Amino acid sequence: MTTTSESDLSTRGATRLLPSTDPVRLLDEQGRRTGDDDRYPAPSDTDLLEMYRRMVVGRRFDVQATALTKQGRLAVYPSARGQEACQVSAVMAVRDDDWVFPTYRESMALVARGIDPVQVLTLLRGDWHCGYDPVATRTAPQCTPLATQTVHAAGLAYGESLQGRDTVAVAFIGDGATSEGDFHEAVNFAAVFKAPVVFLVQNNRYAISVPLAKQTAAPSLAYKGVGYGVESEQVDGNDPVAMLAVMRRAVEHARSGHGPFLVEAHTYRMDAHTNADDPTRYRDAAEVEAWAGRDPLTRLEAYLRSAGVLDDAGAEAVRAQAESFAADLRTRMNTDPDLDPLELFEHVYATPTTQLLEQREQVRAEMEAEPDAEGTAEEDHR
Amino acid sequence: MSTTFAKALNTALRDAMSEDERVLVLGEDVGRLGGVFRVTDGLMDQFGEKRCFDTPLAEAGIVGFAVGLAMSGMRPVVEMQFDAFAYPAFEQITSHVAKLRNRTRGAVGMPIVVRVPFAGGIGGVEHHSDSSEAYYAHTPGLKVVTPATVEDAYSLLREAIADPDPVVFMEPKRLYWSSADVELPAAAPPFGQAVVRRRGNDVTLVAYGPTVPVAIEAAEAAREEGWDVEVVDLRTVVPFDDETVLASVRRTGRCVVLQEAQGFAGVGAEIAARVQERAFHSLHAPVLRVSGFDIPYPAPKLEHVHLPDVDRVLDAVARLQWDDEPDTRWTRGLDGHGLTGAGLGGVA
Ligand SMILES: Cc1ncc(C[n+]2csc(CCOP(=O)(O)OP(=O)(O)O)c2C)c(N)n1
Repeated sequence: MTTTSESDLSTRGATRLLPSTDPVRLLDEQGRRTGDDDRYPAPSDTDLLEMYRRMVVGRRFDVQATALTKQGRLAVYPSARGQEACQVSAVMAVRDDDWVFPTYRESMALVARGIDPVQVLTLLRGDWHCGYDPVATRTAPQCTPLATQTVHAAGLAYGESLQGRDTVAVAFIGDGATSEGDFHEAVNFAAVFKAPVVFLVQNNRYAISVPLAKQTAAPSLAYKGVGYGVESEQVDGNDPVAMLAVMRRAVEHARSGHGPFLVEAHTYRMDAHTNADDPTRYRDAAEVEAWAGRDPLTRLEAYLRSAGVLDDAGAEAVRAQAESFAADLRTRMNTDPDLDPLELFEHVYATPTTQLLEQREQVRAEMEAEPDAEGTAEEDHR
Repeated sequence: MSTTFAKALNTALRDAMSEDERVLVLGEDVGRLGGVFRVTDGLMDQFGEKRCFDTPLAEAGIVGFAVGLAMSGMRPVVEMQFDAFAYPAFEQITSHVAKLRNRTRGAVGMPIVVRVPFAGGIGGVEHHSDSSEAYYAHTPGLKVVTPATVEDAYSLLREAIADPDPVVFMEPKRLYWSSADVELPAAAPPFGQAVVRRRGNDVTLVAYGPTVPVAIEAAEAAREEGWDVEVVDLRTVVPFDDETVLASVRRTGRCVVLQEAQGFAGVGAEIAARVQERAFHSLHAPVLRVSGFDIPYPAPKLEHVHLPDVDRVLDAVARLQWDDEPDTRWTRGLDGHGLTGAGLGGVA
C-alpha cells in the first residue's frame, strides 16, 4: 500500500517553470536598451550586427518572394515580414549540427540558416519535394500539417541524446497550431524524456483569420509549457536583442540536460497569411499601423547606430548585399523548374514495387508518344 | 518444439535488438508489462529502458516521436495497443511516415515498424477488433504486412525491422496463441512474395492474415464436395504479389478472395479487380469476394455473424459452378449467402 506523502502533492518548483509576467524586453520600441535581465545576458554588438545583416537580407528575400507570387512564379508564399527577429534569432542561437523543424512560414529562417533560397522555395513553386537535403542542412522539410513536426523534433532530440550527441532541436510553431493535439503530445513527450527541444511559438496574433482570443483562453501561450513541467518564457518577438538572448538561454538549457524549453514570442504578421488571403476582412488598418511602429529592423538599426557599430556606410553595404541577393533570386526564379515525371515513382519506396515500375513505364510511354503534350494542350486552350 | 505466434514475434524483436543497437521498441505498456499481448515480454529487462520503453498515452505522439527517432538514425518499432487506437496516429502515419522519403527526394527514409494487433475473433469489446489494413494499403509509401503462420510471424517481423521503408505490421489477434513446431530463427520467403499454402486445381482462394487458417480449413472441407481448392496466402498486402496470384488463377480458372475486413472498398476488391483485369480470359466465372459485412465490428456475442467462416467460403466456391445462364443464377445465388454484393455493380 502506498501513501501519498506531503512532497508528492507539493507544487514546489512550479514557480521556477513560470514565464515572466511581462514579455522579456531588452530594447524599447525606439531601440534603446531597457537595462539588463540577469537571466538573459544581452548578445554582443558583433552578434547583433550579424543578426541585423541576416534580418535585412531576410526581409528583402521575403518581399521578393511575395512579388514572385504576383508574377506567377510561386504558387503560394506565406510571408514572415515583421517576424524577422524570431526567425533569425532561432537559427543564430543553434549550432550548425543542431536541427530545426520549420513550418511553411519559416522560409526566412531557412535563408538565414544559409540554405539556397531557390531550394527553400522549391515546394512553393510547384515542385513535389522539399528542395533541400534535410540531413545535410539539419533542417526538416517545411511542414504543412500543423504541429505535426513538433513531435518529430522531440523524437529526434531524444534519439540524438540516446546516441550520446548533444544536438538540440528547435521546433517552430504558430499560435493557432498550439491548439493541435500534436503540440501538446510533443511538449509532454519532450518533458517526460528530457529531450533537448526548444519549442518556439511565434504568436503573430492570427491563425489565418482567427485571432488569439478565439484560439485559447490561456493568459499567455507560454503557460502551455508549465502544465507539462517545461520551463517557459515569453518574450517581445519584435525585440531582436531579447529574442537572441532568450533563444540562446533556451538552447543552452536544453543542451545542458535540463530538458525542453518553451518560448512564446509576441510578434505580428504584417502581410496576409498568404497571397490567397484577404486580411482586411478580419483586422483593421490601425492595428497593422500600431505594429509597424514596433518594427524589429528599425529597432535594431537604431540601437546599432546609437552603439556606434553601424553607420550610414555600413547600413548601405548591408542593403546592397540584400539587393544583390534579391536580384540573383529573381534571375534564378525566372525559369520554370525542370521536372522529371518519372522521378515521381522513384522515391515512394527505397526500391520501387512491381506496380510502380509498371506505372512508371506507362508514363514513360505516354511521354514518348506525345513529346509535345504541353504545347498541344496550350493550343487547344487558345 | 512448439512455439506460439506471440513468442515468435517476441523472439524476432529480441533477435533484431541483439543484432542492431539502433532498434528500439516503444509504445504503451510495452516495458514492465511486456505489452497487453506480451509480445514485448522481457525486452526491457534484457535491453534496458533506453531500448524498450513505455511512452505517455498518446498515439500521434508515439508515431511522431518515432519519426524523429528515425531521423536521428534509430530504427523504432512502435506498438499500437489495438487497431482502433491507432487512429489518432493516422495523420502521422499517412502525412509523415509514409511520405518523408518522397518529400525529401530520397534523403530521409523512415525505417519504422508500426505493429498493430488487428481484427477480431477474440471476443473483444468495441474498438478492439477493427480490420484497418485497407486504410494503410491505400497509402503509398507504406508496406502492409500480415503474417498468418508462426514462421512468418518471425521472419516477416525481422524483415520489417530491417526494411529501409515503413512497415505497418498487422498482427491477427486471434492467432497470437496459435502454435506450431518451429525452430527459431525460421526462414521464409521475403516481402512481396505470396505463398501457396495448399495446392489445388479447381479454385484459387486468396487470403491473408486472420483468414488464412479459415481458407485452409475450407479447402479441406471442399475436397469432400469434389472441389480441389488452392490456397494462396498473400503475407504482404503491399507489396502485392500479382505474379503468384495470377499464375494460380490462370491455372484454376476460378478465384475467391477471402478477407475478414468489411467488404466495401477493401483489399479484396483490389485483388478481384486486378485478377479480372489481367486474367479475364482464364476465368470461367466472376471473381467472388467473401468478407465481413459493412458494419462496425459487432459485439462479442454477435461476432460469429460477421466473421466469414468455412461455410461461407464453401457457398462461394459452390457458386463458381458457372454455366450459361449467369444472370438469373447470379442474382438468386446472392440472397442471404453473405457474399459481398458491393463489387457487383449493376448485376446485383
Ligand atoms: C492540421 C491542419 N489543419 C489546418 C491547416 C490549414 N492551415 C494552414 S495555416 C493555418 C493557420 C495556422 O496559424 P498559426 O499556427 O497561428 O500559424 P501562422 O500561419 O500564423 O504562422 C491553417 C488553419 C493545416 N495546414 N493543417
